[in-house]
Amino acid sequence: MTASVDTSDRQPGKLRIGMYWASSCGGCDISLLEIGEHLLELIEVADVVLWPCVADFKYRTVADYPDGYIDVCLFNGAIRSSEQEEIARLLRVKSRTLAAYGACAMDGGIPALANLKSPGAIYDAVYHSNPTLQNPNKTEPQEHWAAPQGDLTLPRFYPQVLRLADIVDVDYRIPGCPPVGTQVWKVLQAVVAGEVPAHNDAARAGCDNRSVCDECHREKRKTRIKEFKRPHLAVPEPNWCLLEQGFVCLGAATRSGCGALCTKAELACRGCYGSAGLADDQGTAMLSAIGSVIDATTDDRAHEIVEQIADPTGTFYRFSLASSALKAHR
Amino acid sequence: MTTAATTTASPYRRISIDPITRLEGHGKIDIFLDADGEVADCYFQVPELRGFEKFCEGRPVEEMPRIMPRICGVCPEAHMMASAKACDAVYKVSLPLTARLIRELQYNIFYVTDHATHFYALGAPDFVMGPASNPAERNLIGVIRKLGVEVGQKVIQARKWGHEAAAIFGGRPVNPENAIPGGVSKPITAQERERLEEIVRYMVEFAKFTVGVLREHVLANSQYVDLILHGPYHHRTYSMGLVDEKNRTNFYDGKIRVVDPDGHELCKYAPRDYAKHVAERVEPWSYLKFPYLTEVGWKGFVDGKHSGVYRATPQSRLNVADAMSTPLAQEAYEEYFETLTGDRSGHTMVHQTLAMHWARVIEMVNAAERALELVRHPELTHPENYRVIPHDTPTEGVGIVEAPRGTLVHHYVTDENGIVRKANLIVGTTNNHAAICMSIKQAAQGLIRKGTDVTEGVLNMIEMAFRAYDPCFGCATHSLPGKMPMVVRVRDCDGTVIAETVRAQG
Repeated sequence: MTASVDTSDRQPGKLRIGMYWASSCGGCDISLLEIGEHLLELIEVADVVLWPCVADFKYRTVADYPDGYIDVCLFNGAIRSSEQEEIARLLRVKSRTLAAYGACAMDGGIPALANLKSPGAIYDAVYHSNPTLQNPNKTEPQEHWAAPQGDLTLPRFYPQVLRLADIVDVDYRIPGCPPVGTQVWKVLQAVVAGEVPAHNDAARAGCDNRSVCDECHREKRKTRIKEFKRPHLAVPEPNWCLLEQGFVCLGAATRSGCGALCTKAELACRGCYGSAGLADDQGTAMLSAIGSVIDATTDDRAHEIVEQIADPTGTFYRFSLASSALKAHR
Repeated sequence: MTTAATTTASPYRRISIDPITRLEGHGKIDIFLDADGEVADCYFQVPELRGFEKFCEGRPVEEMPRIMPRICGVCPEAHMMASAKACDAVYKVSLPLTARLIRELQYNIFYVTDHATHFYALGAPDFVMGPASNPAERNLIGVIRKLGVEVGQKVIQARKWGHEAAAIFGGRPVNPENAIPGGVSKPITAQERERLEEIVRYMVEFAKFTVGVLREHVLANSQYVDLILHGPYHHRTYSMGLVDEKNRTNFYDGKIRVVDPDGHELCKYAPRDYAKHVAERVEPWSYLKFPYLTEVGWKGFVDGKHSGVYRATPQSRLNVADAMSTPLAQEAYEEYFETLTGDRSGHTMVHQTLAMHWARVIEMVNAAERALELVRHPELTHPENYRVIPHDTPTEGVGIVEAPRGTLVHHYVTDENGIVRKANLIVGTTNNHAAICMSIKQAAQGLIRKGTDVTEGVLNMIEMAFRAYDPCFGCATHSLPGKMPMVVRVRDCDGTVIAETVRAQG
């Protein structure tokens, strides 16, 4: 990672900013609007040159931009289709700085839970076996289909959900599902002020350097867990650490910066800001956090307690399966 | 991406619109013109699939209200509520009054915010600025410039306060996750209630103000009224929507009512029976399925009483309701039916696609008024009755709410430990998929004739056909200002571009 500020090759005039979505839900685009009135300040010093949901720029126009024309491109969403890969490659070439924006682009996000299933199983559920389907001819979407008047095409559905960094080099990663507005604005201010280097080896931005526990209001009493509880089957005591009460909470394994919003609503953290440590694998970090709070003197007892966790894979890697050692089905 | 037009020995010319505006990911339209330059056929394709229905298998059912909101970051509350209701049914719990009040209040506040963003940012520009106006100004910024900055401030405040309310309920301003099986995760304090009432009172005023904007800038313009009534935007389909026990509107709960194009009730059913009434069809040219009414059957992309195509939109909800549940909305409902059908009772159905914008604004008033009733309910702040612990063995459950874009179904089957074994989702916009395809084709056929100069204005008027639905494909983004890029190419039989219209920057 580069610590020094390198703005020597920045082009004169206003910054050019792009925002793009791939396999995403639109929440990241909403989060960029969450900077509210700052958006007007931003437009004073920066031109938007791509933001499909807000401004009218064509792919063709983007393809015609000189290489590196976009100063900063915020890319949200994971990669699940040939079309998304194609746009990712195009934007890498056209952008000086390319940031993976939000949990999906950074770690796969919730859509990456699909990596626990095979594409065939997904097709089977969606197009063949769900109770409302009437599909006697076993029709499935086709990449090429000959309509009576001409060929119709669909992008290819990839075997697994990939991160942006699996396709192209990424300069920064901005975590969150979605990133919190105040953090986003801090990042944009730094960009506008020229305080950050163009390339930074996928450094994390828009978050802090600690864990969610460090910004959580709930008290740690250094108690140990005898059993795990499912959140709908027990009411947590307010202001006391949820993990110590036996609710699986990913705070200890998750990067800070969100403001611990979920625990304020009596909900455990699900880890949307990604791994707290330098390593990307959030699940192993969570396992070690759990190891330190369970009340067991024997391995068997420890095993018994951990077995009570309903869905460790889908919980510990809720937002980061594409960054995990598990990666994908098979 | 631009379409690599495949060369076929076809006598048809292809007009590709790719990508189409305001869809998450990319929608694509292919229009085929015959030798006379008339529209022979038209395909609207959705090139996205994420597979939520499958990857929820193996997950604990109580996590569904935390996972499902990521289907759509624009209407996460709709997925959270449908999901939580499905969980309630899985565990056979009935909610304590306070839990129910909190959920319905949260949902109605969300409704106002969501409808407001669609109306001002997506719908209004076509009317306030004009369907064929300069595309550089035909967006939210243009609307604010034309209507004045104070209008813009009102819109921004509605959004901002809506998100503040979301954070009061669920901690997070975007993607709240506070609904759990049996209720919500936290109670509402007296102090929070006071702030919520302040927000809701503002929303009632804002909704009334929005009706005024619509009246002044759309209904006072005879050309627009003519376009709404007589333009190529009209389909006599079935209508679907939730109603309460008196057949009045309710967005959070009730029975699903379906009426035929003449307004006669086809069926009214509890959420658990949805699969008896709706089936889904798969086409090889789209990743998105096509629901239809099983009692009528699939007869192709056609309207009328014999066709199982239905719509589930703000307009459909007004069609199925005998009345609105609140007084100001009822007044607006009567004015709407009187103007469009000559019958203020609401017994004559409205089928004009563009009138959906008007219906949406009436729903804003309804949601705001309903929220005001709820926020003043003395039981809202009960310190304990915000949740109940389920005790029954989990099995199977269906949860339905009216998402802003249509009837939303979540259906889960679990094992005895509450682990999801099967999930089926019918998402708001998906209901309207066939109708949207038909509306696009109808607009294209009405607007592109032999010798038509396919201008940017013509393209925009084709777009207006689906924009009325406020579509959210894949259930995704829909609610932001401006336009996505659009390029229309007319190719000859060899795939050579013979004409191209590029939409100017907005």
